[in-house]
This record gives sequence, structure tokens and C-alpha cells, in this order.
Amino acid sequence: MKIRIRYFASLREITGQNEELLMVDERTSVADIRPLLVTRYPRLQPILERSLCAVNRGYVANETVLHEGDELVFIPPMGGGNLQE
Amino acid sequence: MEPIIQLTREPLNRDTLIGAVSHPGVGGIVVFEGVVRDNARGKQIRYLEYEVYPEMAEQQIRTIIAEAERRWGVERVAVAHRFGRLEIGEASVIIVVAAPHRAEAFDACRYIIDTLKTTVPIWKKEVASNGEEWIEG
Repeated sequence: MKIRIRYFASLREITGQNEELLMVDERTSVADIRPLLVTRYPRLQPILERSLCAVNRGYVANETVLHEGDELVFIPPMGGGNLQE
Repeated sequence: MEPIIQLTREPLNRDTLIGAVSHPGVGGIVVFEGVVRDNARGKQIRYLEYEVYPEMAEQQIRTIIAEAERRWGVERVAVAHRFGRLEIGEASVIIVVAAPHRAEAFDACRYIIDTLKTTVPIWKKEVASNGEEWIEG
């Protein structure tokens, strides 16, 4: 099945694109996508380790199973979490 | 009223946002304005680049405002965030909360900005005199 993955901020710069379509097996979870991306873009590894994940514009757990046409985005930490900033 | 949510490349307009939440029943308006500072962790900042995941950011901001309404009963809220290149001194975010009394307006405004900074997918890149980097909280 086909899923759409969109890249923002540091992920966009490392992958060199805004989005791509991935062909994955049925029952593929968010967790399964992470090593797949690291294989393709090794420099993503440290960022993916710190990233949350959103499917169809809402945060989801790593175990979430993907479906045809889902929009997947890995979300690296935002800069404003520190009140001293 | 329906909350006002703006994600825009254009300069933010504080007066327009204040006007939009004003109402005869309002007794206090709290405004938080975040502006671009010229230094961070000892670095001299030249400018900032903000990037947004627009569809999700809007949805997350809507959720945060709904929670503020539930907790403090505030009903007149505007949230505007700018993206793209911002120069020193320019506003990156403006939160306006109008309420019958000041206490709810202060608390709701504080909650909205603090939660926005940690949960809304908007990223900041600092471009300094000695290089650039995406900032993580």
C-alpha cells in the first residue's frame, strides 16, 4: 500500500525533499518506518530518535498501524519548550 | 465567538487581533507577543527562519484554545504565528485573550503560549554570525 510522508525543518533539509510516497506492506506500523528511513537517509537517525510522530495531522504512538493513503510526519522537538528561551 | 487562528508569512498585526476579540462584555485583554531577539546562548543572531506544518499546526492550536476555554471559560481568543524569515525585533507570535475579568485572561494566555511552544509543529532555525541550526527545546 502507499503512504505519503512529509518532511519539515531538519528532516526536509536532510532528505532534500518536502514529501515522498512510500510503498509498504499492509500492517506496517510507524515503528517499522523509522529503520526504513534510516537506511535510506543515514543522517536522519539521531533526529528520528528524538522525534514524535503524527498520522493524518494528529500525534500517534509508535505502534500505530498505517493504512493506505495515510499522511505520516516525524516531528522533531520544537524550539520553544525551554521557558528560558 | 469562533477563535481566530492565523498562520502567515506576513507581518503580524496586533491591533487587528485586539479589535477582533474586543466586545462590550470584556473587562480585560491580555496580549502576549513573542519577538525575535538578537542573541541566544551567547550567539549573535542575524535572523530566524520559522517553518510550519500548517494543517496540523492549525488543528493543534484549535485544540489548545478549546482546552483554555474549558478551563477558564474564556470565549474570545486570537492566536497568530508567523513563518518564513523574521528579522530582529519582529513579532513571531501573538496571543490575545479577552475575558470579563483579568485573572482568567492572564491564566489562559499563559497556558496557550506555553502549550503552543511544546506541541504545535512550528520549528525555528537560528541563523547566527557563526552558522545556522534548528533549535530543539
